[in-house]
Amino acid sequence: MTEATNRSILVVGGGMSGLSAAVEAAEAGCHVYIVEKEPYLGGRVARMNKYFPKLCPPYCGLEINFRRIKTNPLIRFFTLSEVVAISGEPGNYTVRVRENPRYVNEKCTACGKCEEAATTTISNPFNYGIDTVKAIYLPNDFAFPFRYVLDPSVIGTEEAEKIKSACPYGAIDLDMQPREFELVVSAIIWATGWQPYDAEKILYYGFGKNPDVITNVMMERYASPDGPTAGQIIQPSTGQPAKKVAFVQCAGSRDENHLPYCSGVCCLASLKQATYVLEQYEDAQVCIYYIDIRALGRYEDFYNRVKEDSRVSFIKGKAGEIRRTESGKTMVQAENQITGEITREEYDLVVLATGMVPTTAVDKPPVDIPADENGFLLETNGNIGIIPAGCVKRPVDVAACVQDATAAALKALQLTARR
Amino acid sequence: MEKKVGVYICQGCGIGDALDVEALKSVATDEFDVAVCKSHECLCHKPGIELIKNDIKSDGVNVVVIAACSPRVMYDVFDFGSDKIVERVNLREQVVWSHPPQDEDTQMLAEDQLRMGLAKAAEVELPEPFVAEDLSKKILVVGGGLTGMVAAREAARAGYDVVLVEKEPELGGYLRKIYKLPPATPPYEKPEDVKLDEFVSEITSLDKVTVYTNATVASIEGAPCMFDAIIVQGSKEIKERVGAIVLATGAVPYDASKLEHLGFGKYSDVVTIQQVEEMFLSGEVKRPSNGQPVNSVAFILCAGSRDPEHLPYCSSSCCVEVLKQVSYFKENNPDCTVYVFYKDLRATGVYELFYKHLQKQKVFFIKGDVTGIEDDGSGNLVLTAEDNLTRSPIMTEAVDLVVLATGMVPTTAFGEPYKAPTSEEGEEVEEVPPDTILVSNLLNLKYRQGPEIPALKYGFPDSNFICFPYESRRTGIYPAGSVRSPMDYVRAIDDAAGAAMKAIQCVELTSQGKAVHPRAGDTSFPEFFMQRCTQCKRCTEECPFGAINEDEKGNPLPNPTRCRRCGVCMGACPERIISFKNYSVGMIGNMIKVINVPDEYEEKPRILVLACENDAYPALDMAGLRRLQYNPWVRVIPLRCLGSMNIIWIADALSKGIDGILLLGCKYGDDYQCHFIKGSELANVRMSKIKETLDRLVLESERVRVEEVSITDYHKLPKILDEFAEKLEELGPNPYKGF
Repeated sequence: MTEATNRSILVVGGGMSGLSAAVEAAEAGCHVYIVEKEPYLGGRVARMNKYFPKLCPPYCGLEINFRRIKTNPLIRFFTLSEVVAISGEPGNYTVRVRENPRYVNEKCTACGKCEEAATTTISNPFNYGIDTVKAIYLPNDFAFPFRYVLDPSVIGTEEAEKIKSACPYGAIDLDMQPREFELVVSAIIWATGWQPYDAEKILYYGFGKNPDVITNVMMERYASPDGPTAGQIIQPSTGQPAKKVAFVQCAGSRDENHLPYCSGVCCLASLKQATYVLEQYEDAQVCIYYIDIRALGRYEDFYNRVKEDSRVSFIKGKAGEIRRTESGKTMVQAENQITGEITREEYDLVVLATGMVPTTAVDKPPVDIPADENGFLLETNGNIGIIPAGCVKRPVDVAACVQDATAAALKALQLTARR
Repeated sequence: MEKKVGVYICQGCGIGDALDVEALKSVATDEFDVAVCKSHECLCHKPGIELIKNDIKSDGVNVVVIAACSPRVMYDVFDFGSDKIVERVNLREQVVWSHPPQDEDTQMLAEDQLRMGLAKAAEVELPEPFVAEDLSKKILVVGGGLTGMVAAREAARAGYDVVLVEKEPELGGYLRKIYKLPPATPPYEKPEDVKLDEFVSEITSLDKVTVYTNATVASIEGAPCMFDAIIVQGSKEIKERVGAIVLATGAVPYDASKLEHLGFGKYSDVVTIQQVEEMFLSGEVKRPSNGQPVNSVAFILCAGSRDPEHLPYCSSSCCVEVLKQVSYFKENNPDCTVYVFYKDLRATGVYELFYKHLQKQKVFFIKGDVTGIEDDGSGNLVLTAEDNLTRSPIMTEAVDLVVLATGMVPTTAFGEPYKAPTSEEGEEVEEVPPDTILVSNLLNLKYRQGPEIPALKYGFPDSNFICFPYESRRTGIYPAGSVRSPMDYVRAIDDAAGAAMKAIQCVELTSQGKAVHPRAGDTSFPEFFMQRCTQCKRCTEECPFGAINEDEKGNPLPNPTRCRRCGVCMGACPERIISFKNYSVGMIGNMIKVINVPDEYEEKPRILVLACENDAYPALDMAGLRRLQYNPWVRVIPLRCLGSMNIIWIADALSKGIDGILLLGCKYGDDYQCHFIKGSELANVRMSKIKETLDRLVLESERVRVEEVSITDYHKLPKILDEFAEKLEELGPNPYKGF
């Protein structure tokens, strides 16, 4: 092995791909920095209830990854942070990072006294705004780092002072300012993940107007025991149990007017979410509107398992219109391509299987990284030391993200060895 | 090391308000006679840390017992260097946050927590890493196809020596048999050139890569960093010592001769997708029956796949392979009529753009099941199908060629099931769930448990973990590419690099005496006190990772670098001869012994909870965070894995008068969540032994219960704990109290 003086790498994004890349590289001997824009690590998977096909909780694996970080002195991470500038070349990059104020310092023990003192509430970002949290909040139950965050909206108010004085440990620092610093690294792994496609753009589905039309990522929060309804799947307009649920596949994906590509995971996500409903209500009725069910490899077994449940039906056909009816239900209209009929069926709840948009399509990296026209980053060769990993590269599931992140960690390791 | 124990009790986060800290201190000073015992209003802040550091420096404290929050938090501030032992006593999440303040029973719980921590601190020793000799960091890659070549190249580029073994005369594998690759670059509309020669010469020119073609692996013995592989090349035998292994032997097409119902073997114009590749590769695109050009073709997808009679799984790549071949035919002859019969067209991600592109050409995509293939009398073939979309039977025009998209079968799926040597007659046999190991002649491991990697379903030696896709059941051996799971070329390329990374990581950690995932970095390892071994083989049989071989007499031969440090062997051993420096049967036994068990008439039952530290223990913390309340009778001891539970602890606890024992472990079965594969399952298997213990003590079997708890089940925990307490109340106190 080449003895390198600087074997540092930077991982941008602390979600599943970023975390995996970071711990894999660190366990091979690299110094790793993680820059994450949220106040906690874990990214989008932290907001999932279960993974397909095992129906196991994401926090089980996250806990292990957090422990790998806790016990590895080679990893340092920055939350509420973003990369603002990159200069240099493979083997030697200087990266400028901005850390936004948390207004809570390392003295925080997460005792919760501040939260008791706060009165203002804000829309809960962790639950996609379905409910609210106090203006000082722990981002989620398993938050790592285990530390409160103060929402900037209360800065300068009397309440902020009240919150500050409620803390027995002097952990609230209302004068905290954004801070910028530089990191020198050999390689950069870009793992900023994905965002759900903005369902409001699909006008004929009524998302944003009809409260009983939700997206698949929101469904994860409803089904989570730590979610806004403590795991109860409800009809948002009435708060009543949502027993008759439609899943509308390719909401945005495989559609020239929205996302021309297939988002790869939504079929399995809906099959999984169907099991949430089936498990919760014995008299559940679930219908999945689809073009093709894309359950690759051994996921086929999971598809078969869901299909076997007599409470689930499938309609091959793209939902044409979703609209609220006078009875307070939500009607899905679609052409059933198998029977040729136009079907109109009413549901308590309609879940749009919205696709994945690479974050890089919305939030451009501060340097040019080759991308396709949909914003997915292209595989870089050794001439560019910025290595894409996970859903910024391809719409894929968790296992594939980890696989890709592990591969990206090796590419980064190669650049540190080259120095 | 001469221990000097310092106990530091935090009063912050409500601990000081809820508990009598002075009484807690006297537990440490009076009962355990510790050298230093101090309390502090906020131990994790600078003054608290300085206090401890000062005692370390001036008083020589080297064992620091922190009675404060959960060990899952403030891990960084309570780190006093690798030469100090730090023991954390969880008074916050699992005592004051989950029980009423200023309460006698909460206080007793806190005192017992401290006693257990002190008992543990007395037993723990600093681990010394296992350092082996003559270590190798070389990576062995078995299989020289796409995955193997990429793995070799990527490992070499990172500076590691690689040995690449390929059974064919040339590198390339399946790539050698294909005409083009599916589109991988924008606009994703055209198949791409394979450029195999370039790739092969790149590999062979790498100094760090030694290639053996026409070669197979005859045997591999040893363990990570010390694998001794024998490679056979013709009459030559080559010995290589390697550090880690990438298994990249790929998959083979499903045997089309089993698809007679689709006309294969019956009509020579029914061919497989592999034959189509050959046609285009050779430039001879002709009907096999008469050598005439192909002007019409029908593809049948899922020929064998997604079929319970053949391959129940989806082979993942065939849809896109067929799309690619459709474009071959269209390019060759734009007027060629093309039918594609499919169940679901699975062109995920950007392959959708390729699919869309082809839909604009004259291709008939028909969702339907082919029901028959007949010769129309003129030598042409007519397909009948049930069209799922129109619900009507349809019949194609006569076509020149029918192509079956046969699926892929991993090379690990062949061979007879291996039967591990079983215990001799007359010996007690516990029912340890067997692993599926097929003698597929790929690695030929000299492991007691069998010569190949245990497979999951359908013969794929895949990981069962979504978050950790490289976790095979054999340490240091990483399957990659289509042998691991059905996948396409692009994914195989990533997979190869990922597996190479895991191999590199394995040699780096192992060479420092550290464990690999999931206890990465752990330097402890099991030591065997062989004088007392009775050759019962429990440890060798139960180790989920096949880490322990045995000699001809049945003595265990541990391989520390194969070990994942779960402690399953320690739990399995009836003679209790297996211990880690910082985790042992005696240590947990002593923790149980120091629990204060009040007399029967005091009506204060005691419940021992043995909890998996990865999932159940954090769930208990979360219950505390949420301030969920549960009975104060429970005494929680975290275990590395529930599989490390030794039944002597159950006997110890019950004979001491503890009323009941609750084992909290991970889900087991097909979708197991245990990070050590079988730990929780084995704990359950041991319940039959526990029953014997209970019978011997004439105690009710309900006193010991196993519950599956996942990390997010914290809202269920109070109910689980309280229902068990109620059950014990029904049974009445353990009659051994006071003995």
